[in-house]
Parts: sequence; C-alpha cells; structure tokens
Amino acid sequence: MRPSTRWLIVRTILGWLVALVMAFPVFWMALAAFKTELDAIASPPLLFFTPTLENFAEMNERVDYIAHAWNSIAVAFFSTAVAILVAAPAAYSMAFHPTRRTKDILLWMLSTKFMPAVGVLVPIYLILIWAGLLDTRTGLIIITLMANLPLIIWMLYSYFKEVPGEILEASRMDGAKPLQQLVHLLIPMAAPGVASTALLAIILSWNESFWCINVTAVNSGTLALAIASFSNPEGFFWAKLSAASLASIAPIMVFGWLTQRQLVRGLTFGAVK
Amino acid sequence: MSTVQLKAVSKQYGAVEVMKGLDLSVRDREFIVFVGPSGCGKSTLLRMIAGLEEITAGDLFIDGTRVNDVPPDARGLAMVFQSYALYPHMTVASNLGFALRLARVPRAEREAKVRAAAKILQLENLLDRKPGQLSGGQRQRVAIGRAIVRQPKVFLFDEPLSNLDAALRVQMRIELARLHRELSATMIYVTHDQVEAMTMADRIVVLRAGVIEQVGTPLELYNRPASTFVAGFIGSPKINLLPVTVTAGSPIGVKVSLPSNVAIAVPAAADALPVGASATLGLRPEALVVSSDGPIGGEVSVVEHLGGETLVYVDIGGATLMTVKLAGNDPVRVGEKVRLAVGPTAVPLLFNAEGRAVRAAIQPAMQ
Amino acid sequence: MKIEAHSPPPPGVQRGWLKQQRRVRTWPLMAPAVGLLLVWMIVPLVLTLWYSFQGYNLLSPPQGFVGLDNYVYLLTDPGLPQVVWNTLAIVVLALSTTIGFGILFAVLYDQPFLGRGVARLLVIAPFFVMPTVSALVWKNLLMHPVYGLFAWVSRSFGIAPIDWFADHPMMAIVIIISWEWIPFVTLILLTSLQSLDRDQVEAARMDGAGPFATFFFITLPHLGRPIAVVVMLETIFFLSVYAEILVTTVGGPGLETTNIPFYIYSRALLAYDVGGASAGGIFAIVIANIVAFFFVRSIARQL
Repeated sequence: MRPSTRWLIVRTILGWLVALVMAFPVFWMALAAFKTELDAIASPPLLFFTPTLENFAEMNERVDYIAHAWNSIAVAFFSTAVAILVAAPAAYSMAFHPTRRTKDILLWMLSTKFMPAVGVLVPIYLILIWAGLLDTRTGLIIITLMANLPLIIWMLYSYFKEVPGEILEASRMDGAKPLQQLVHLLIPMAAPGVASTALLAIILSWNESFWCINVTAVNSGTLALAIASFSNPEGFFWAKLSAASLASIAPIMVFGWLTQRQLVRGLTFGAVK
Repeated sequence: MSTVQLKAVSKQYGAVEVMKGLDLSVRDREFIVFVGPSGCGKSTLLRMIAGLEEITAGDLFIDGTRVNDVPPDARGLAMVFQSYALYPHMTVASNLGFALRLARVPRAEREAKVRAAAKILQLENLLDRKPGQLSGGQRQRVAIGRAIVRQPKVFLFDEPLSNLDAALRVQMRIELARLHRELSATMIYVTHDQVEAMTMADRIVVLRAGVIEQVGTPLELYNRPASTFVAGFIGSPKINLLPVTVTAGSPIGVKVSLPSNVAIAVPAAADALPVGASATLGLRPEALVVSSDGPIGGEVSVVEHLGGETLVYVDIGGATLMTVKLAGNDPVRVGEKVRLAVGPTAVPLLFNAEGRAVRAAIQPAMQ
Repeated sequence: MKIEAHSPPPPGVQRGWLKQQRRVRTWPLMAPAVGLLLVWMIVPLVLTLWYSFQGYNLLSPPQGFVGLDNYVYLLTDPGLPQVVWNTLAIVVLALSTTIGFGILFAVLYDQPFLGRGVARLLVIAPFFVMPTVSALVWKNLLMHPVYGLFAWVSRSFGIAPIDWFADHPMMAIVIIISWEWIPFVTLILLTSLQSLDRDQVEAARMDGAGPFATFFFITLPHLGRPIAVVVMLETIFFLSVYAEILVTTVGGPGLETTNIPFYIYSRALLAYDVGGASAGGIFAIVIANIVAFFFVRSIARQL
C-alpha cells in the first residue's frame, strides 16, 4: 500500500472518530427523545429499543411547547428584521462614504458588545418594569435587537465593502444617483450577504439565554426558558427533556448547516480570508 | 466638436500636492495617450476629467464649456475601467442599456442603440449572458460597448488592456484603433505600457510625478525626446544613456568624450554647453553598428536571438552595458571582443546636466 | 456611426450637485444605529452607576444614598477573590481547550478524506445547540453519576463513576463550554487554512521540512491572525458564561463555580439586593473594558 493511501486511511479514521465524538451528545439526546422514560435511564444504555412518540405528545403539556416556540420565532424574526433595517443604512454609509471617524465608530460599536449583560441587568430589569415591558415579547425583542446590533452592522459592513467601488463609479458615469445605486446595484449584489447576516442574527437570538431567563416568564418565555425550567429535578423525565430539546434545537441546526460558510465570513468580519 | 482643455489644473490630497499647473489641449477626434510609470498621476488626471476626482484648482473645459462642477454623467463622457466594472447580476444587454434606462430613454430606442453597439463589437450573440459567463476579452468588449451606447463626445480608457494576456492585448490594440477610425471620436487613453502608447496614439503625453514631461507624436517623442526620462521611457529596448564630458564645440556640433576617453561627435548646438561640462549621451540600440575601427571597444556579454533581429549586450568597462541591435542572422558570439561605432544615418542625442535635451545645431545649407 | 452633440446642462443648475455628492449626508443614515447603541450603552450604565451608590434592597425600604458602602461590601466580600478567580479560570481553561483542539481538528480536516463533508457537518453541530440544552444533556444524559452514560462506561471497567458536578464542577463546566465552542474555532481556522498558499508548503518540502516543521513554521504563523480574532470573540462570550452554570451547578458547590455574571445575578434576583448587584455590575463592566481595551487595540490593526 502506498504511503499516501495509508495516510488517507489514517485520516479517514481519525476524522470520523472526531466527528462522532463531537456529535455524540446530540445523537444520544436525539435517541433518548424517542425512548420511554424507563428506557432512557436503563442500564446498560440501550442502543436498540422500541421507539415511541409519546414524549413529543406530552411535551406540550409540561411546558406549553407551542407557546414557547411561537415566542422564540417571533422574537428571532422581529429583532432580526428591525436590526437589519437599522443596520443597513449605517453599514452602507460607512462602507461607501467613510470619514476619518468611521473606523473609530465601528470599533466603538463592537466594544458595546464587550459590556457584560450582567452589568446592566438591574437597570434594564427596572426599566422594563417601569415601561410595562417585563415578560413581554416586545421587551425581549428590543433587548435582543440591541445585543445583536453591533455584530449585524459589522457583518453588513464587511459584505458591502466587498462590492467593488469601480462598479459604483461606473454607475455614476452612467448617471446613477445614490438611491439608484442602492436599489439597482447594491442590494442585488449584496443580497446573499444580507441573507446570511439575517440567518446568523436569527440563530443568535434563538439561542439567547441570559435575557430570556431573566426578563421573561409565563407570557413571553422562549424555548430557552422552557428548557431551563427542566433543570429543577422533579423526578426523572429525561426522555421528555430530550424530546423538548430536540424540538428546540432542530430548526437552528438545519439553518446552521445550510449556511456555515457565510457564517464564518460574517463572524470573523472578513478578517479571515 | 469634442475637445478637452486643461488650464493650470492642480490636485491636492490634504496637504500633499500631487499635480500642479497642468496645461493640456486635446484636439477634436484625436487619440491621445497618457503614459508614465506607476504613480505618475495619469489615472488621477483621467479621473479628474471624468469627474470622479475633484479638481483642486484650475479649469477643465469640454468643448469650450467649463465643467469643473458638472457631475460625471452630464459631461458627455464615457469611461472604460481597468477592471471593466460590469454589473455582475445583469445580462450583457442590461449592462449596455443601463445608462439609457436611468435616463428614461424609451424602450424601443434603447434596444436599438444596444443592438447597434453590440453589432460594432460583435457581441450580438452574447446579449443574454451574464458577465460571469464571458471571457476576459468579451468582458472588455462589453465595457467598451457600454461606453459606445452613450454616444459620448469623449471616450476615456483607464488601462483597459492590462488584464488581458499578451496575444489578446495585441488583437485588442488593433480593434481599438479600428474603433477609433470608425467612430471618429476623441479618445483619451491611459497606460503604463509604452508599446501601446506608441502604436495607438496620435499624440502621447508623458507624465512623471504629476508633471507633463513632453507632449508630441510618437515619432517626435522617439526622435527628439525632451529629457533623459522620456528618452529612456519611450523605445524598446531602452536607449543607451552614457555620462560624457564636452571636449570641444563647433558650429556644426560638439565633441564629447566617454569616460574611457573615446570621442564622439554630436550635432548639438555648441552654445548650449560650455567645454568641460557634464552631459549625457543618448544612443539608441539601432544607432550602433559593429565596425572594426569603431571608437568604442568592449566584450559581448549576452546575445539574444529574436529571429528578426539580434540584441547584443556589450560590456564596455566601468560596469556599463550597451545594448546594440543587429540583424537577425548576425554571427556575433558571447565573449567576442568587438568595436562599436555610431551608424552612418544615426543621430546621437545629447542632454545637459539636468537631463534636458540640447537642441540640434543649425546645419549649414547643403551645397 | 455618427456621434451626436450632447451638450452639458447650464453650469448654474448643477453646481451644487457635485458638492452634495462628495459630502453625501451620512448623518441620517447613521443616526438610528448610532443613536440606539448610544442609548443602550449610556442609559443602563448611568442607572447602574447611580444604583450602585444607593442602598436599595427590594425587600426592605430604600435607604437612599449610601456612598461607597456597596463597593466596600463587594470588595471586602470574602467570596470575591474566588469569584474573580473562577471567572478568569473559566476563560483561560476554555480558551486553551477550544483553541488547542480547534487547531488539531482544523489541520485534520484540511486534507480531504472519505466522507469529509458529512464528517465536517457533524463536527460543527454542537455550536448551534442552545447553551441550556447542551448543559442539560451533559449533566443528565452523560455525566450523571447513576444514570449517565459515562457512569455506565466506568462501571463496565470496574471503576467507580465520577460524580462530576460534586467533585469536579469547574472541570465539568469547562468541558461543556469547550464542547460547544470547539466547532466555532475549528470552522474559522479551517477556513483560514484553506487559504494557505500551497506554494509555501511545497517550497518548505523542497527545503526539507517534515510535517512538524511545516506545522510550526508555516501553518501556525498563518493561523496567527484568525486565532487572535477567535480569542477576542471567545473572551467576550466566556466572560459572561451564565446559562450553563445556572442549569447545572447553580454556582456551587458553595462558590466553586460562581463567576462574576452568576454572582451578580444571585445578588440581584435571588437576594434582591439592587444596590449590591449594581456595584457588582460596575465591577464587571470595568473588568470587561480592560480586556476590551487590550483586544480592540490589537485587533484593530488587523481589520
């Protein structure tokens, strides 16, 4: 056997070993979702069993899955939509009409993300109470929006910067005013970038836990809160926990898998080529 | 009439002045080329004419009208960019027609003009493709087509051929020349390649560090360069420039002497240079011949056989290599000791200590 | 084709346009984003600052201005050094684990092998799992000393199972966090590796470099930049780890796994001590800004 083939086999084995180890917890949880409670805690752990859907059926009873899921969707969607509406003009202006202060402003925006959420938990909490927004979807949307805004502006900025300046100049020679440039050229050319930014924002907001757990409860709790409530040991219900968890993370897993390349681009602000 | 005039044009970036007091007049229907090394300001100048860069001081006239404050699309110009700058998400037809669409030209008229431009550049069967599906040469033609559709007074080209491979470049040169004749338009062309400049231009503007070194026809620049810079920039292979000292002057010329004490006669005006002054002698490679009693002696260092001609690099001492152009079948070999002379019809060039050309001596009337 | 005359419009009409074009009014475009972030940053900050000087406990009547009492109480709290230490420990341990494994996995996945595409998707998976879900899965399904998978495995080998959250809570938390974030690092480093110029690697081979030399002298330096970005991003998130702790150890046993965010959370929402929590909040903000200062300076050059 040639050395290169031997290497290939070694790499294949190692590569798959790593993949299976990393994915194992998710896989194991997915299995448990279809087991009965007894099967779930059986020892030795069962790889083969009779699958059942009872957990998914009962899931709704324990934590009102539907309501929480709906909240997750609403918060993710609205906070992302508003964030992009606010971020796009700013990103456009910084990418194509930069001033001396543009770099500073960008870094300042990023630095607001460094502010730890706990630091402002108290006043935010009190402001929400005062504004009547505690435990409401609107309140959570606003907070999630603010938390993700810096990242979104950064990503849009880096996508806009990729549009070659010469194309916009050519359009100026052709007689395009700034608004026409935006509509006819920029948006079609940057559409994929805007889409993957939106995707990342949705993922981040879906997984957001800190604010969810602390400022929402019955009315506007999202799935993150629902899962967190499972941590109180009230008896063993791991199968149901697994079912609820699987149902909570499945949409995002699919999203993430579909868009991994764009996510990397955005996450590293294009600094990684 | 499509003329362009620059009067005392300057360009400043912040506190740095990159161009000062430029004067230039582009004639109707001429093909003028801005040429010079990187950073000389040729692209900046073009962009100022286009309206993409601001003119700090001075005036720009198109057809006699001052256009400093007129937006780019209202100046009657069209520009072909180095990277073509095609709109990637639009078809070729949409690319060509974009400007007309912005100007709200009715559809029928727009399509007719697009088709006409496509016909000139043989793009008819590519109209439905997107730029990503075209080759480099095709994309370039679309970029030119986009300019043609606007029927501008003046075409601006910013190094349009530099992204093409060598063979395609030669082909496009010919096409551009044909286009110029067919459209009878004024064309301002920027390049760093002196071969492009020489082959395509009616007149050439040589720029260096934001200053115009010389303006003239290709042959003028070749035969009567105004400075050592122009002499060295125009002409391939590069002219031989040798430091010399003036030894004697006479009504028909001066005698100069090379460091090796070899004397050469140059028909330059003697009153421009005192005896003993330092100067630079310019000898084109084709101005030299191998001759057994030639004044310059040396050893052949490198021989390049090009087939149609032979380039010989002769080491004449003092770490100086002279380039000599000989016939294609010349039997000279590396290591041979040769003697060089100035050819019977050649005209040596002389430049003073500042590098400016010394004017020719007034020739006595022919008997 | 004849060129028709095309006269420019009279100068007076157009004069302002160029100036306008140059200085496109960017303020209306930037205002919403800048405004919102400004409010988001300043208002809570000012309020937190104000509350930190108040003796305000939601359970008892407000005491009004108490000066630096809250800060003194905070800084003299015997548990504080432990909390700060825990916070830093989590950050450092998680950083080293994720980056160490991330580099190895990235190098492994850089070269093609059979079924690499699918394998890569599996490796990436943990990043998209909600932190609460991750923590619960690890705590109950894997690490549980009686019913967990690890317990069964060690019993099969005749070893007593480890009670992770009682005996090694910090390590358990770091393991969970690392599992969540290794995919992130792997993805970013892998992308960067794909842009590594193969010519360089081949030149090194010609110079006689073996796999280890190539790794140290070519691969690692090339990864320097993305690693810096990763360190910055991960630090932002690791300093504020919260969900994983809440759902598993609740900061315990004792204070063993309490970090600064959790500490403040327990003060504010469990002890209802608004003043004290605010002082803690300011403390956390100061630390975060110190870290931010260093990172933003070094990263700013890269961007």
